[in-house]
Amino acid sequence: MSFVSGGVAPELRAEFPGLRLQWTQLEARVRASPREVRRRLRELSDRVAGAGVVAMRTQPIPHAYRSFFRHVGLDPDAARIPSEAAAVRRLLDGRFRSRDILQDALLIALIETGVPVWALDGRRVEVDSLVLRAAVGGERLGGAPDGLSLPAGQLVVADAARVHATLFGEPVPEHLPGPGARAIVLYAVAVEGVPAIHVEEALWTATDVLKAG
Amino acid sequence: MEVLEHDSRARTDLPPVALTAPATDERAARRTLRAQIAKLERELSEAFVTAYPMGGLDEAPTRSCAAPRLLDLGELERVRDDLAVRVRSARATITERADRQAASRVQLERMLLEPGRYRFVRISNRELGEPGCGVWQVGPRLGLIGMLMGWWQVKLSSGCPLATGRGAAAAD
Repeated sequence: MSFVSGGVAPELRAEFPGLRLQWTQLEARVRASPREVRRRLRELSDRVAGAGVVAMRTQPIPHAYRSFFRHVGLDPDAARIPSEAAAVRRLLDGRFRSRDILQDALLIALIETGVPVWALDGRRVEVDSLVLRAAVGGERLGGAPDGLSLPAGQLVVADAARVHATLFGEPVPEHLPGPGARAIVLYAVAVEGVPAIHVEEALWTATDVLKAG
Repeated sequence: MEVLEHDSRARTDLPPVALTAPATDERAARRTLRAQIAKLERELSEAFVTAYPMGGLDEAPTRSCAAPRLLDLGELERVRDDLAVRVRSARATITERADRQAASRVQLERMLLEPGRYRFVRISNRELGEPGCGVWQVGPRLGLIGMLMGWWQVKLSSGCPLATGRGAAAAD
């Protein structure tokens, strides 16, 4: 299994030397999660308790993402970082809910490492040109003419052809792997303070769940 | 006049001075501001965790959930200043609550020493910074007789009430 470092636009790299995009591609299908994956989610649910969620923001990786959120104009108390959002959802729901094997794999990777991972349909992405960059004026989310217009300077995940998602946002629904997808691209965004091993672990965990399930 | 001419000549002999580009200066300033923001974020997180058992921090007015983008120097300064205000306010809240809890603990000590001087005074565990729903209360021993005789005692009530009481069950 190989993890590839995606591009980061030079102006972004100059401002945020620790900002990284890492991706991997695998062949897998989206379907209901098997029993083992659902059991793993249940076990993870038992590991998340209220006191841990409150103290989460003082841990190194959530702190790194919270700081980065502030650096790019987001308020992590309003738009929670992915790991805190998942933990709060667990407290509200009483458990981590299983959706399908892909969403469960991404969730397990996030809970176990603190590093968010997103997925794209392999048919919709020119993965070799996947990059973190600032949007240019007139660009649209998803690349379609009726896609959401992006303000110039907004940070996005894009390839040479189209914008797939805003930074830390969910990819546009048309680019998400559906039941018909055969190839899935997983990508993780790391910021300064997040060790490389955690990013690889996140991608490895998601891949492992998808392949084993 | 001579001195000026001398200076001018001397300057032409020197190698050209490497001037720092304004863009590089600004980048360094932004880097400094980001380091300050990260430090303040850590301090605010620690204050949040410290204040949580005391009832938590007051909710700060959240900034609009804008799209992620590169912030300029002025915007980073505003983020830093907002955070500094929040950290200061959080520390003030923690200090105030800690003082109040310390005062409650002293009051409890006095109640235990001289219950007769603090008749029917109640102090909850929450006011003491302790977990649980217990309440320390000064009451008369043996009811009315104790009141008449001046027999006072401090009792700790039992824990939290059940989420659904008998009333709710009866209503169903």
